[in-house]
Amino acid sequence: MPRIVEIRQNVLKKNDYLARELRERFREAGVYVVNLVSSPGTGKTSLLRETLLRLGERYRVAALVGDLATENDALRLRESGADVRQITTGTVCHLEAEMIGRALEGWNLAALDFLFIENVGNLVCPASYDLGENQRVVLFSVTEGEDKPLKYPTIVNSADVAVLTKIDLAEAVEFQRDRFYEGLQEVRPGLPVLEVSVRTGEGLPAWLSHLEAGRRALPETASSR
Amino acid sequence: MHELSIAHSLVELAAEEAERLGLRRVRALYLKLGVLSGVVKEALQFSFDIVTEGTSLEGADLVIEDVPVVVYCPRCQEARTLPEPMPMRCPVCGTRTADVRQGREMELYALEGDEGDGKDAPDRRDQTERSQKERLFG
Repeated sequence: MPRIVEIRQNVLKKNDYLARELRERFREAGVYVVNLVSSPGTGKTSLLRETLLRLGERYRVAALVGDLATENDALRLRESGADVRQITTGTVCHLEAEMIGRALEGWNLAALDFLFIENVGNLVCPASYDLGENQRVVLFSVTEGEDKPLKYPTIVNSADVAVLTKIDLAEAVEFQRDRFYEGLQEVRPGLPVLEVSVRTGEGLPAWLSHLEAGRRALPETASSR
Repeated sequence: MHELSIAHSLVELAAEEAERLGLRRVRALYLKLGVLSGVVKEALQFSFDIVTEGTSLEGADLVIEDVPVVVYCPRCQEARTLPEPMPMRCPVCGTRTADVRQGREMELYALEGDEGDGKDAPDRRDQTERSQKERLFG
């Protein structure tokens, strides 16, 4: 006889389970993990390269970078001197916890202070996948227009902080800050925003301080004892 | 478009649960989908049909229930359902709030299927399957 049975399970429970395991591993190793998400072309790789360079002077930093194809981003990021691994996803439009776990094989996480994960350029799909990160950063550039947050509410809603990039171009593209902030507030009231320009260096100290503050707020771990 | 990945996870989960529960044949999957889940319903339906082809779930219905966003309003001190996913404001007093209580879920909440180990009453089962197919495909 047909019957209906209650299940009540999250469809992505496997990913969530793996993400919880990763988070526990990161915590034990004392590494602070940041997941960067944005559209293609927002400047994730440029910001990350600069971040690895500057933070690398004082901390042990590394990065995982996701793309559908090519190792180009990893090559660019390695110029900073940091340890960088490329994850090529083939046709998959986002990173999943399982891919992170595989990419970390043989890596001594306890030898790291910061691990950055550059997600596949996509403002939709990465929202659904927890990677065990401490912080999810959503990036928008002034060249993308002011209403991006309104168009992608899901990812904005899942983020811990937003970064507005390429602010040196704001005037040239007549970027309307008020509209951008207004839209962001409608989607995710209270979301902190940092403005940066990798080209001029504006806002970078605040961005780095933000990351350092996040790491300092980590609970005491095995490696820092 | 990550609905294909989601459909894979859904089918894998449903097949596991069906086996654990001893459901012989899954007739329907009931899914709760938050409007902030980032999943497009139509794309998921489409992906589901592709993913289930040739599996034990082939022909099963995917029944999707939309879950609206529910926020907690700090001013009213009440959970409020938003008529639209945006803006994130209390629909009663207009206060902004980011305290999302509901609307992000992607939950398989029930399975409908036939009980038993497949050994009992084969004739009746065949009839049920036939009538089910007739009902589904006319």
